[in-house]
Amino acid sequence: MADAIELTVNGKAYRLSVPRETPLLYVLRNDLELNGAKFGCGLGQCGACTVLVGSQAVRSCSFPVDAAREKPITTIEGLGSPERLHPLQQAFIDEQAVQCGYCINGMVMTAAALLMRDPHPDGAAIRRELATNLCRCGTHARILRAIARAGREMAQ
Amino acid sequence: MTASAVSRRRFNKSVGALTIAFSMAPLAGTAEPMTLPGSLAKNRRLNAWLRIDADGTITIFTGKVELGQGILTALRQIAADELDVTPAKIVMVSGDTAQTPDEGFTSGSRSIEHGGAAIRHACVEARAILLALAAEKLGVTPDKLTVVDGAVTSGDKRLSYWEISVEAQLHRHTRVGAAPKPSDRHRLIGKSMPRLDIPAKVTGGASYVQDIRLPGMLFGRILRPPSYHAALVAFDEAQVRKLPGVVTVVRDGRFLGVVAEREEQAIVARQGLARAASWRDASSPPAFQDIYARLRSLPVDDHVVSRKGGDTPPSVVTSSHSATYTRPYTAHASIGPSCAVARFENGRLTVWTHSQGVFPLRNDLAKALDMDVTKVRCIHAQGSGCYGHNGADDVALDAALLARACNGRPVKVQWMRDDEFGWEPNGPAMIVELHAELGEAGEIVDWSHDVWSSSHTTRPQADGCNLLAAWHLERPKSPGTPEIIPQPAGGGDRNAIPLYDLPRHRVTHHFIRQSPIRVSALRSLGAYANIFAIETFMDDLAKAARVDSVEYRMRHLDDERAFAAIKAAASYAGWQPGLPGGTGRGRGFGFAQYKNSAAYLAVVVEVEVHRRTGEVHVRRVTAAIDAGEIVNPDGLVNQTEGGIVQAISWTLKEQVRFAADRVTSRDWSDYPIIAFPEIPEINVTILDRPGEKSLGAGEAAQGPTAAAIGNAIAHATGVRLRDLPITPDRIKGVFG
Repeated sequence: MADAIELTVNGKAYRLSVPRETPLLYVLRNDLELNGAKFGCGLGQCGACTVLVGSQAVRSCSFPVDAAREKPITTIEGLGSPERLHPLQQAFIDEQAVQCGYCINGMVMTAAALLMRDPHPDGAAIRRELATNLCRCGTHARILRAIARAGREMAQ
Repeated sequence: MTASAVSRRRFNKSVGALTIAFSMAPLAGTAEPMTLPGSLAKNRRLNAWLRIDADGTITIFTGKVELGQGILTALRQIAADELDVTPAKIVMVSGDTAQTPDEGFTSGSRSIEHGGAAIRHACVEARAILLALAAEKLGVTPDKLTVVDGAVTSGDKRLSYWEISVEAQLHRHTRVGAAPKPSDRHRLIGKSMPRLDIPAKVTGGASYVQDIRLPGMLFGRILRPPSYHAALVAFDEAQVRKLPGVVTVVRDGRFLGVVAEREEQAIVARQGLARAASWRDASSPPAFQDIYARLRSLPVDDHVVSRKGGDTPPSVVTSSHSATYTRPYTAHASIGPSCAVARFENGRLTVWTHSQGVFPLRNDLAKALDMDVTKVRCIHAQGSGCYGHNGADDVALDAALLARACNGRPVKVQWMRDDEFGWEPNGPAMIVELHAELGEAGEIVDWSHDVWSSSHTTRPQADGCNLLAAWHLERPKSPGTPEIIPQPAGGGDRNAIPLYDLPRHRVTHHFIRQSPIRVSALRSLGAYANIFAIETFMDDLAKAARVDSVEYRMRHLDDERAFAAIKAAASYAGWQPGLPGGTGRGRGFGFAQYKNSAAYLAVVVEVEVHRRTGEVHVRRVTAAIDAGEIVNPDGLVNQTEGGIVQAISWTLKEQVRFAADRVTSRDWSDYPIIAFPEIPEINVTILDRPGEKSLGAGEAAQGPTAAAIGNAIAHATGVRLRDLPITPDRIKGVFG
């Protein structure tokens, strides 16, 4: 049955009527019409649906909306816009670190959480952080470069 | 005979320096074509390809579609360059049965070769027409005109493309003879232009079919049978209709689907379908270990696809060598499951789809739904990465079947992860047997290649209906006859004919008519297994001949461009002959010209192998690629890096698990792929050939990379492994 849920997403407050166990992903994609987070597996295995809850990267496909009420939610749309790109988004463009791009939301958002926690990650730390984010096109090397580049830009 | 032998044999013993000097008459770049190039031959109307729009833009229509390979960016570069406008003025419309030319499938690394050539020539011709009209209006001869960003000037006289009434003139057939710009006058072709689609993809823009939202749109999910032939013996539909948000339930034969107001409700209702359905399964499982024996036991059609050297056996044979190679079923395993949106309105069906071929899909949808094909429109929208014939076409029919039950409301269907793994057509399992005889100096004097494979194309086609749900309907449609793709492209026998110039060879394709597991086209088709086999066999023969493996390849080649690619990869990787093997560290070489007619790619892979655990770490990959004239160098590098990484994953990790007549790999834990900690350093060098014909490149890395890994592991361990994937268990098995 539907419950009244209050959420803060990308700085805006929302009041929704959905069952509290609804995965956050469907609320973001379908109620809030945010495209960034993607359905990949529904099992938390691939990372395409990653968003930030507080400063934590979570897999929104298997994260109940109820558990996201207490903290601000940030999606890739909230990180930056085409007009005001976040350094990570700029770095992914600069490095052309996309092929199909379906996984890229997860790469950017996982990296965003990492850079908040550790502004100067080395290559090994970036690889570890992304160890369970899957990419099928084989864009990995560019993604690693983009994240390292964004880290450098943000540290300046 | 090899397809591209262009010069006399050269025994060039040095592999250090890179030489690119060679002479060959320029093909499409500067010479006048004898026939209409690429896809133009089948779509001759000039205004099928472009339109000068009133708003100061030019629309380019292409039947080729964006699959994540960057094709629309590259095609736009070609159009903008030939028309002399900035790329921002070009609007791309792609893959729409109501608007674009029919260019078949976006497959086989042919989009630049065929689609690009067509657009290039259409634009050259349109520009000539525009200039002729402008010259008339300005009262000068066309050779006095210059064009800058669509502004035609002669002295102080000026006229823009958009001030010229050209529409009537574009409404005619293209003609043979338009000469594109010489390559030294290109402003955009050959430049690394950033991809058009990336800004939206990193900021949450609407980029994919998954992001389409239509007014009143509903969400659907489907439930497949538990196996290919399971019968639905009971179904309690009422139980599912009671679930929250359910709008309708569709049962047609053993096709089951549910439509709900909200997506997560459809997902829950899909579990309801599973509870409400009882199936009877009649099939008996072949054991997994026996798949290759089973493949050999199935009916085959034998085709000798190439033969050279007549019946006289070689006079001197110093040694004979034979080996057998296997490649398992391999999944596309796109990150985003297949998705489509469908809407029925006034007896017309519109489907938004990430299909590789909107026109063939339209035909099969019409067949499956018993509709007039003119009442069906398919519009391409991007999906998750596409590496061949995946679930895109199938889910389009799923969405159409559900939308037909929804009174005009559109329905979006996305497969669940288990649908995707369980039902996408896999790359076929294959067996390759090679035999060679060496002469006095260790040179190859006789060679045979036998390959067993099922069809590599079961796409929508003329015969039958190749959409999954159509086989499950109350009145099922028959699948098409699995097709054999003839040479020179080949399917299971793609790249089975050696590029090496050998005095004798015989290549036989044992085409397995039916496959126990659903199969179709996966990136590079049979080339992956054939090149793995040929190129690892070459290393073994080189060893037998006591010749460095790079040197050995070059002794058997008669193609300057092959030499150049091989030398470049060897040189950039710092290849040194005679490094001792069996140390746990190794490096291997691999080379092929994709389809013996597209891009050349040579690659060196360096690995470390841990004997105790059997783990392989790929440390560095160095590749050189010759794809003719390059449109977008960074796009080519991106595609090639991606092909290398995907090939590492296939070669070291991937095999689809199955039992009975069903796939049992159903999520990422059953089908692991390469992950970030395993990514090596990758360096790709382009050997650009301005003025030459562009050569298809998107699949060029698959086979050579696999072979180079196999050779590197053999070098590191001293042991040759011929069964793919080369897993830690297999390596541990060798060392006991």
